[in-house]
Amino acid sequence: MNPEKTRTKVFSRRAALFMGGQCLVMGGLGGRLYYLQVVESERYATLAEENRINFRLIAPPRGFITDRNGDYLAINVQNYRVVLVREQAKNAGGVQAVLEKLAKLIDINEHTMARVLRETESRRAFVPITVAENLSWQEVSRIGVNQPDLPGVSIDVGQTRHYPYSEHMAHVVGYVGAVSEAEQNGDPLLDLPGFRIGKNGIEKHYDLALRGSSGTSKVEVNALGRVIREIDRQEGQPGREVKLTLDMRLQDFAGARLRDEKAASAVVMDVHSGDVLALVSVPSYDPNAFSEGIGAAEWQTLVKNPYGPLTNKAIAGQYSPGSTFKMAVALAAMENGIQPDHTVFCPGHVELGDRRFHCWKRHGHGSMDMHSAIEQSCDVWFYDVARRVGVDRIAAVCNRLGLGETTGIELLGERGGLIPTRAWKREKRGQPWHMGETLVVGIGQGFVLSTPLQLAVMTARLVNGGKAVTPRLAYPLDGFDKNGQPVVNDLQNEDMPPGETLAEAAEAVASGGPSPTRNAPDFQTLGFRQDHLKSLLDAMNAVVNSDRGTARKSALRYADYAMGGKTGTSQVRRISQAERDAGIRSGEDIAWRLRDHALFVGYAPVHAPRYAVSVVVEHAEGGSRAAAPIARDLLEEVLRLQGYVTADGVGVKTGGAG
Amino acid sequence: MAIRHGELRQPEMTLTQKIWQINWSMWLLLGLCVAIGIAMQYSAANGSWDPWAKKQFVIYSVAAVSILVLAVIDIRIVLRYAYVAYGFSFLMLVGVEIYGAMAGGAERWLPVFGLFNFQPSELMKFTLILALARYFHKLSYEDVGRLSYLVVPSLLVAAPMVLILRQPDLGTAVVMAGGGVCMFILAGVRWWKFALVGIAGIAASPFIWGMMHPYQKQRVMVLFDPESDPLGKGYHILQSKIAMGAGGISGRGFTKGSQSHLNFLPEKQTDFIFTMLAEEFGLLGCIGLMALYLVLMAYGFGIALRARSQFGRLLAMGCIVAFSFYVFINIAMVMGVIPVVGLPLPLVSHGGSALLAVMFGFGLIMNVFVHRDVRIGRQGDSQS
Repeated sequence: MNPEKTRTKVFSRRAALFMGGQCLVMGGLGGRLYYLQVVESERYATLAEENRINFRLIAPPRGFITDRNGDYLAINVQNYRVVLVREQAKNAGGVQAVLEKLAKLIDINEHTMARVLRETESRRAFVPITVAENLSWQEVSRIGVNQPDLPGVSIDVGQTRHYPYSEHMAHVVGYVGAVSEAEQNGDPLLDLPGFRIGKNGIEKHYDLALRGSSGTSKVEVNALGRVIREIDRQEGQPGREVKLTLDMRLQDFAGARLRDEKAASAVVMDVHSGDVLALVSVPSYDPNAFSEGIGAAEWQTLVKNPYGPLTNKAIAGQYSPGSTFKMAVALAAMENGIQPDHTVFCPGHVELGDRRFHCWKRHGHGSMDMHSAIEQSCDVWFYDVARRVGVDRIAAVCNRLGLGETTGIELLGERGGLIPTRAWKREKRGQPWHMGETLVVGIGQGFVLSTPLQLAVMTARLVNGGKAVTPRLAYPLDGFDKNGQPVVNDLQNEDMPPGETLAEAAEAVASGGPSPTRNAPDFQTLGFRQDHLKSLLDAMNAVVNSDRGTARKSALRYADYAMGGKTGTSQVRRISQAERDAGIRSGEDIAWRLRDHALFVGYAPVHAPRYAVSVVVEHAEGGSRAAAPIARDLLEEVLRLQGYVTADGVGVKTGGAG
Repeated sequence: MAIRHGELRQPEMTLTQKIWQINWSMWLLLGLCVAIGIAMQYSAANGSWDPWAKKQFVIYSVAAVSILVLAVIDIRIVLRYAYVAYGFSFLMLVGVEIYGAMAGGAERWLPVFGLFNFQPSELMKFTLILALARYFHKLSYEDVGRLSYLVVPSLLVAAPMVLILRQPDLGTAVVMAGGGVCMFILAGVRWWKFALVGIAGIAASPFIWGMMHPYQKQRVMVLFDPESDPLGKGYHILQSKIAMGAGGISGRGFTKGSQSHLNFLPEKQTDFIFTMLAEEFGLLGCIGLMALYLVLMAYGFGIALRARSQFGRLLAMGCIVAFSFYVFINIAMVMGVIPVVGLPLPLVSHGGSALLAVMFGFGLIMNVFVHRDVRIGRQGDSQS
């Protein structure tokens, strides 16, 4: 065969083989393509969407908190912060150069500088890094003017919780803070950087309502995570506004009135509705420091303060009620068949076995019945009555008056006080009850402990006709129960009208309303006899308004309205809870801390009781001297604010008690 | 030119005749492929002529005219200067080596007058085939059977491969080796010799594995389980498969592919341009382009069979085989069938060097077609 032809033939054969191979490979690739684009198409299309679509949470604005008049107690303020974007700063010599320029305009320390440099390197180039927060308006405008020289720098507006009344509100409203690890519950909202939740007070109690629900933003992102555009946006539910029963004007007044005391607390409440109009504890703290992020040093200062600014003494301070407890003992006596005209001679002390129990008045009051015993706070009459009634019966009446257990107010850290019984002592102390202890209980000392709020509730229950009123700080919130939890079916009361005046109240009474306060919760009766309560009220009236009353110097200076009440001076047998929390015993403080507590409970007006007050001034000695004037000022102020007296002071008395 | 008129049996063709003989339909098919590429590059730039589409069009325009010139140059001149072209490409490869050493790192390209960066390895693929075609052209079938005649062509293949592997550019080296081996087969080297080399190759593979760069090893490893590490080694393959699958039958529309436009797809204008086509034009678009490629291959095959000279046959078929290697490796790579080797899709991917080289290859094929009836002597002269 011609070798040339052989070569051609071999070539043609092998070339054909290649061509066939090429067709086969092309077919195979086509098959693979069919598998990817037809068989598996749906799966990959889903994956492509997952790549492309991101969901971002939108934090809802936190609900405001207002007082009963709509005054804002907790709001969100715009917080200006300066942020830096690396990819934009790159053109002007890099992040370092831009930061140095920025440092000439606002205060940036080296630590911040290093942090920003580190963060800009570790994050993607387009992610804004916060350089400084809480800028003043001057700083913002300074940066704004120089913006052309600061590529990548921009002003960002965020929201920070702000408490306009700062320390006067701290113990009621509480504060917000960053979410701790323990508080993470799977709600993605809590994972948002910078998200704040309620940590104390109303902020915590109604946190779920105030928080609202998050919205989502459906965005298209590229491979680097940069948002290309927003595809869809689901607005969240902004937080609910929570309206408190508090009257900020009164609260402010009370805070100012107590400011000079080292450690004190006061509660003013509506005896019919349970609305707390003021709840003050001093010293206090600035909740804004918490919402802005409190420094370690600032925190240590608060913790180490011996007067316990972080403790809300109105609900967590447990004190021996002293003589303010005597109404409860007297009521227990009447409930158990001892008539108000039961007379005891007070020689200044009584003997029980080999122990002698003193009356505060060394030489005695002479012959005392219930009225005069309360009026002059005679201890001997109560020793006698307590011995006759017995501690367990006293405790039963106390419990009906709301003592010995928490009131259930919407605040964190409320304490229940203590009303001792025989069973209690046997169980807790493993010891039998001694009669002497009953006597001590009769004058509100010994084991008896109560909080200022409990004393206010007790007073309210005595003067409102014996109804089981409970205190509340917030009006019912549509969709949320009293514990701040969302409810499915809600039988909603209409909101309390703000700042109800006397005229409105009188109108309500005239139109046959059940109580002077519209829409107030209807509390059950405690089953006390009205004539018993009447005689107690008469006695409390006499405490302030008779010549021999212990608080006669603190009568209201209004012509048409008077207050009733009861002073109390409780011996400090042991350190009060508030102090124990403070935990410091410097030599200077010991003397102060051994002094008696000054207490006062009261109500006004006497002819138609509407407001109850309790005041405790720690280690201020006499209740009539230190506590009663404060109570008087608070009741005068609440009557004025609620329209009982005209604004220009008509009806204001100039003299003392009548 | 040392061709004397009297010795030719057939009359020399005039330029006009040659122009009439040019395979215009092939030239148009090439233009169609490049047009698809330019469209995809336009889309890759999010609907912009810059930075890729415009540049590609300029290079194509130059190449399209150049190959027409190449097609009408006498095939005997092509034969005569085959080794010169090979040597020129090889020197450029050496130049890359030197330039790379100077630039302080491995480089694949040479700056050409500051205009664009030229990759000599792209051109080398086709000048190697040119050189091998010339070498085997002068060998008889018996000569090809002798081992001693295979030493020179083996060196012709090995020398540039060593340089390219040093760059390192595995993809190009594989295409070059494949092209070389195919030339040996087409030239008539006996099958048993390939079997022998194959067995030797398998035996040597552990050594080769040991010599491979870690990143090359990684690419082979990922092939077996690309989805195990979606953000790491398998990222490119997985994202490419997602894009193709998401395209479905008819695609998501021109410039509408989310995978490409949101940058989930890497190197979408070059190596992964087929994926982009798959995402935006779906199975239909892909089959269309693959059909075009197949038609081009068939054309080349036809031309090779039709050529009367061994040189023309080997040259046309060699270029087509090298071209098909390009196509198959790229498409198989983006589908996740073979490792990511970094090889562009011929005619479609963005890149001046690759486009010029492939166009050069087709210029040679067209040259073979124009001169299909020219008989060439063993030494390159005309022959009766």
